[in-house]
Amino acid sequence: MKAGQTRRVGTGAVLLAVLRRETALALRHKGEVLTPLVFFIVIASLFPLAVGPESNLLARMAPGVLWVSALLAAMLSLQRMFASDYADGSLEQMLLSPTPLALLVAAKALAHFVLSGLPLVLVAPVLGLQFGLGGQSLGILMLSLLLGTPTLSLIGGIGASLTLGVRGAGVLLSLLVLPLYIPVLIFGAGAVEADASGLGASGHLSVLAALLVLALFFAPLATTAALRISLE
Amino acid sequence: MNAQPVLRLDNVGCSKGGRPLFRGLQCTLRTGHWLHVAGANGAGKTSLLRMLCGLSPIDSGDIFWNGQSIRAQRTEYQQDLCYLGHLNGLQESLTALENLSFATALRGHAAPLAQLAETLARFGVAGRGQQLVRHLSQGQKRRVALARLALAPARLWVLDEPFVAMDDAGMRMLEALIAGHLDHGGLAVLTSHQTVNIGSAPMQTVELRS
Repeated sequence: MKAGQTRRVGTGAVLLAVLRRETALALRHKGEVLTPLVFFIVIASLFPLAVGPESNLLARMAPGVLWVSALLAAMLSLQRMFASDYADGSLEQMLLSPTPLALLVAAKALAHFVLSGLPLVLVAPVLGLQFGLGGQSLGILMLSLLLGTPTLSLIGGIGASLTLGVRGAGVLLSLLVLPLYIPVLIFGAGAVEADASGLGASGHLSVLAALLVLALFFAPLATTAALRISLE
Repeated sequence: MNAQPVLRLDNVGCSKGGRPLFRGLQCTLRTGHWLHVAGANGAGKTSLLRMLCGLSPIDSGDIFWNGQSIRAQRTEYQQDLCYLGHLNGLQESLTALENLSFATALRGHAAPLAQLAETLARFGVAGRGQQLVRHLSQGQKRRVALARLALAPARLWVLDEPFVAMDDAGMRMLEALIAGHLDHGGLAVLTSHQTVNIGSAPMQTVELRS
């Protein structure tokens, strides 16, 4: 009874398998993917209704409101990042995989971004129109979200792994993660504002990119350490 | 891979919540041998197995694989190790085949779909490959989880109560699987409350008591 003709595959193929699995799971739980998106649309649409149709005021508020809504929406799906893998023992198997756990975690964060961050990026310009944002501002908004939401997924992974198996994990997760989101929020919303006031957004976008690189390196390591502790 | 993999427990001890479970465990397991970890409920069998896998830190003493502490060679050790715990490690919303394919990938291997299906059939869950794991019975889930043992070669199998939820035919099949693994130079560590009968393979027993 030997393994026969299985073939050894490289790390890339393993990470691809993680992505494929996450996508298959998301397609089977479409509600979980749609909830953050609908939440984003609803929250961002409430503001113009509440504030009134004063276009100057709305355009000034737009970057902040859209970014805060996106941030809260991205946080909605964080708790599920590791929860089911923890409950059914898949996480143990990932820990024991010869593929470094940090890479598996990074792949999971990438899947989280693609499935819950990217839809926000794509729908943001439509919401921006409600606030009377101009063409260029909409472009900057999308770009800032595109650079910012992967960072949110990566940092969120740390929070999700720290709160595994904890009672009332949802609230604790928000308290842990929101302070860490502040730099992303400041530079994300700042990029759109800076562009609107004619200062140019490149500085802010560079900082966002730098934050992403930083998170890409450190967040999987921190998440890995937290997962090992959670599973002891 | 070393020709003569050896697992050695050196003075291993464990305590939970300040209460010592066991200590001073000594044992050397050679190629083709298997270790039966015995003990009453709460004696620390699962704790020992989790330490063996590197899932929990080793409280006292050390565990060696091929002469080197497992703490110093995590990646190499995990290449040689396959663990089946109380949890099956199967995602309920994925099909049996998807789960098996992912489990194999996690071990750093890939197998064509036909081979995955054939393995499932060998483990007595033929034709259930496309079914979601949530629709399988406990015993069938266990069989799907065990099927990964046959797909990714690992020298050391660590099995925590592998016979739970298995029927008689399943037990015979698993015993034959382990016997084949030992024949090919593998090692196995397992806990079980049932009587296990693994052919002629040399068995060692450690009894856990505080």
